[in-house]
Amino acid sequence: MGEGPGQPRLKLRGIHKTYSALVANDRIDLDVMPSSIHAVLGENGAGKSTLMKIIYGVTEADAGTMFWNGAPQPHLSPARARQLGIGMVFQHFSLFPALTVLENILLFAPKGATREELRSTLKTVSAEYGIPVNPDDVVGRLGMGERQRVEIVRCLLQKPKLLILDEPTSVLTPQAAEDLFVMLRRLAANGCSILYISHKLHEVRELCHTATVLKAGRVVATVDPREESEDALARHMLGSMVPAIRHDAAHAGAERMSVLALSRDSEVAGGVGLDDVNLAVRCGEIFGIAGIAGNGQAELLEALSGEWVGAPAECVCLDGAPMGRAGVRARRRAGLVYVPEERLGRGSVPGMPLRRNSLLTTGFANFFRGGLIRQGPVDAFTRRCIEEFDVRPADGTANADALSGGNLQKFIVGRELLQSPKAVIAAQPTWGLDVGAARAIRQLLVDLREDGVAILVVSEDLDELFAICDQIAVLANGCLSEAKSASSTSVEEIGRLMSGRPVAGVGSPLQGGACADQA
Amino acid sequence: MPIRLEPRAAASRWVRYLAPVASALAAMIAGTLLFFFIGHDPAEAFYVFFVQPVSDLYGLGELFLKTAPILLCATGLAIGFRSNVWNIGAEGQLILGAICGGSLALAFDSVQGWWLLPAMFLAGGIGGMAWATVAAVLRVRFNANEILVTLMLTYIAGLFLSYLVYGPLRSPTGFNWPESTAFHGAARLPRLLDGTRMNAGILLALGVAVAAWVFVRFSYLSYQMEVGGKAVNAARYAGFGRNRMIWLGLLISGFCAGLAGVVEVAGTIGKLREVVSPGYGFAAIIVAYIGRLNPLAIILSSVLMALFFIGGEQAKVSLGVPSAITGIFQGTLLFFLLMSDLLVSYRLTWVGFASNSAEGGGAVDG
Repeated sequence: MGEGPGQPRLKLRGIHKTYSALVANDRIDLDVMPSSIHAVLGENGAGKSTLMKIIYGVTEADAGTMFWNGAPQPHLSPARARQLGIGMVFQHFSLFPALTVLENILLFAPKGATREELRSTLKTVSAEYGIPVNPDDVVGRLGMGERQRVEIVRCLLQKPKLLILDEPTSVLTPQAAEDLFVMLRRLAANGCSILYISHKLHEVRELCHTATVLKAGRVVATVDPREESEDALARHMLGSMVPAIRHDAAHAGAERMSVLALSRDSEVAGGVGLDDVNLAVRCGEIFGIAGIAGNGQAELLEALSGEWVGAPAECVCLDGAPMGRAGVRARRRAGLVYVPEERLGRGSVPGMPLRRNSLLTTGFANFFRGGLIRQGPVDAFTRRCIEEFDVRPADGTANADALSGGNLQKFIVGRELLQSPKAVIAAQPTWGLDVGAARAIRQLLVDLREDGVAILVVSEDLDELFAICDQIAVLANGCLSEAKSASSTSVEEIGRLMSGRPVAGVGSPLQGGACADQA
Repeated sequence: MPIRLEPRAAASRWVRYLAPVASALAAMIAGTLLFFFIGHDPAEAFYVFFVQPVSDLYGLGELFLKTAPILLCATGLAIGFRSNVWNIGAEGQLILGAICGGSLALAFDSVQGWWLLPAMFLAGGIGGMAWATVAAVLRVRFNANEILVTLMLTYIAGLFLSYLVYGPLRSPTGFNWPESTAFHGAARLPRLLDGTRMNAGILLALGVAVAAWVFVRFSYLSYQMEVGGKAVNAARYAGFGRNRMIWLGLLISGFCAGLAGVVEVAGTIGKLREVVSPGYGFAAIIVAYIGRLNPLAIILSSVLMALFFIGGEQAKVSLGVPSAITGIFQGTLLFFLLMSDLLVSYRLTWVGFASNSAEGGGAVDG
């Protein structure tokens, strides 16, 4: 096991993988040095996930060799990868929702580890890296950001020599992302190599020492991101200039979607409820709600979509009509569509082909005859959705879970937007998407806004909110801050509100149910 | 464990459909081997069990006679199973169907009319549905597990039937046997073929299976139920009420099982007695899965299960083994089906004894 200087910790040579007609990885070479933070950049479907799965032993390459500290690793499995010291934080989290944080970690712990030992190790690690996790939280009740923390901590417990992170900052506040970077730099300084998959070019430039750019399964460039401009990186990825988002001045009209004095408890133990939330989205306006998951986002979205109908009818209005008691389908008939945060298992049904998933929320009259489904029109709709929104593979018979996260999201967004909505709710619409897809979806929302649709975007990505929103409010600890016009506020101010800290040094940090910044 | 399960990237479609066939063959072979180990000639045992019962017209008639109630129960269950509603008490719902349909026949003992038989089926279906309603209410209202409730209700149904045939419904002219008076002609299912006991029940069952196929294949309602079964959150998101799906799953399967009960008492048996089903309702659970929850495929798996029942009886007569052998065959079949399903989705990897421990999570990563 020679780990001399200049010896790459991980070396890939000629890694090749094809899925029937699709070449996912085309003779990929990659060197990851000890202590290096190495970015892998690429569009959706560029082959990043496949490559990571091969490194982690989930998928077997058709050809090529992986060397670990110079030694070839012919038969790799996840267990073997973990033994070598490779840890991976997946884009789709691999946690059991029904178990607690501690139990989830226990499942991956070496034999003989007791609950109490693990609990104290967990405390140490989470304190050491500044990642707060409560071992007794049930994972199913955690937001995406919190689940990711659990995944990262779980990997760190195994003291990895190579940590693979897939889109790790997409659910973090700017401050929390900075904290993550500090932690990753600390890890790297201690000798751990990091493979960092991200589409946020500025992050890659800020954090990473080397960037390998993949396009259509091939390595197109290996660069030092600190010396490249964002545009140059994007050009490598996309092969052409990325179109910027057009965003004209707002010409908002009448109030389309409003929430009035909505208070509720969370239905999950330990969840954050809502405390007197008021908001109004007008026609031709994008209203952004910033905040970290677990601060009442799920509760607000449920109340808006009609999945939860416990409030008085006047609490939620669509076009002035009280809808607080109306169910999901009644609200959809009134012109509301909803792109949920969880793409697989909520926005779409895994194990069902797209041509069946397009039926999930669409209620076009020509889809049905006497209670039976007319698959012809449904298929036509599916094809239109796939073509107009560039879903790949362009195959309506592909199962939802066979698509990459970005393509599935394009399909779901397409399905919702093709219903000529009057009001749109979108939760984390571009989470985990590459630059091209994210911009396309943002542009779609902006275009709809130009057509006079009222749009509510709930997101943890401040860049996104500032890029498209007219109004921004922050949901922290169940309280919604006053909406500010995007031009009159700043990332710093919103970021401070997100972390629940008062803006100007008045009072103490928020705790419990108090809403100090509401006045 | 030196062996580990690893998920396969993609299970091919035809393997998925082949698995039930393979498990049926494996169960036949394993069962025949069992005869060998208890001292019978395996070739003879196989012949007695699987060939002899269907080697003449009468035998074929018996085969379809027994297929009918199994097919009815399994079809109903499959619709529920598709939406993750675990009704395993079809046996109890079948008994209630027999009681309700049979009571109607006894109540109109002196009236002959074409309408009596349809009325009996309606009453039986409603009876089975009523029994399932108990489970549905408890599930929807108190979140009581329908697996336990439906199972326990089966025993109550059996005891209720015993009470009736020992008490109020016992035939006054039946020498104190725990049986009701025999139904008259208008309350009996017509015989389809001379020289056999096969009755119109099989036509009803086939009709229900085809209707169920149309329902699951084309109806929007079934689509909603399937979404609820595959992803609860997606159903919530789409506004498909979960409670409605639970009600439907239980009521439909209860209704079908109730029909099966009437088929038994109005067809084969011709009266109410202490035992009206040798476990068709339970066998139907396995049948539904062998048929991949597809009503058309379930027709075939019901015939297979009927063969097991007849083979068991034949083996009792010809080989002198207890008819519990049928249960053993059912168990073996289920075992092979579960095993082959596992192997369709996962592959076994030998990792050796020396390997370390943290491998339990291997299957989770995929």
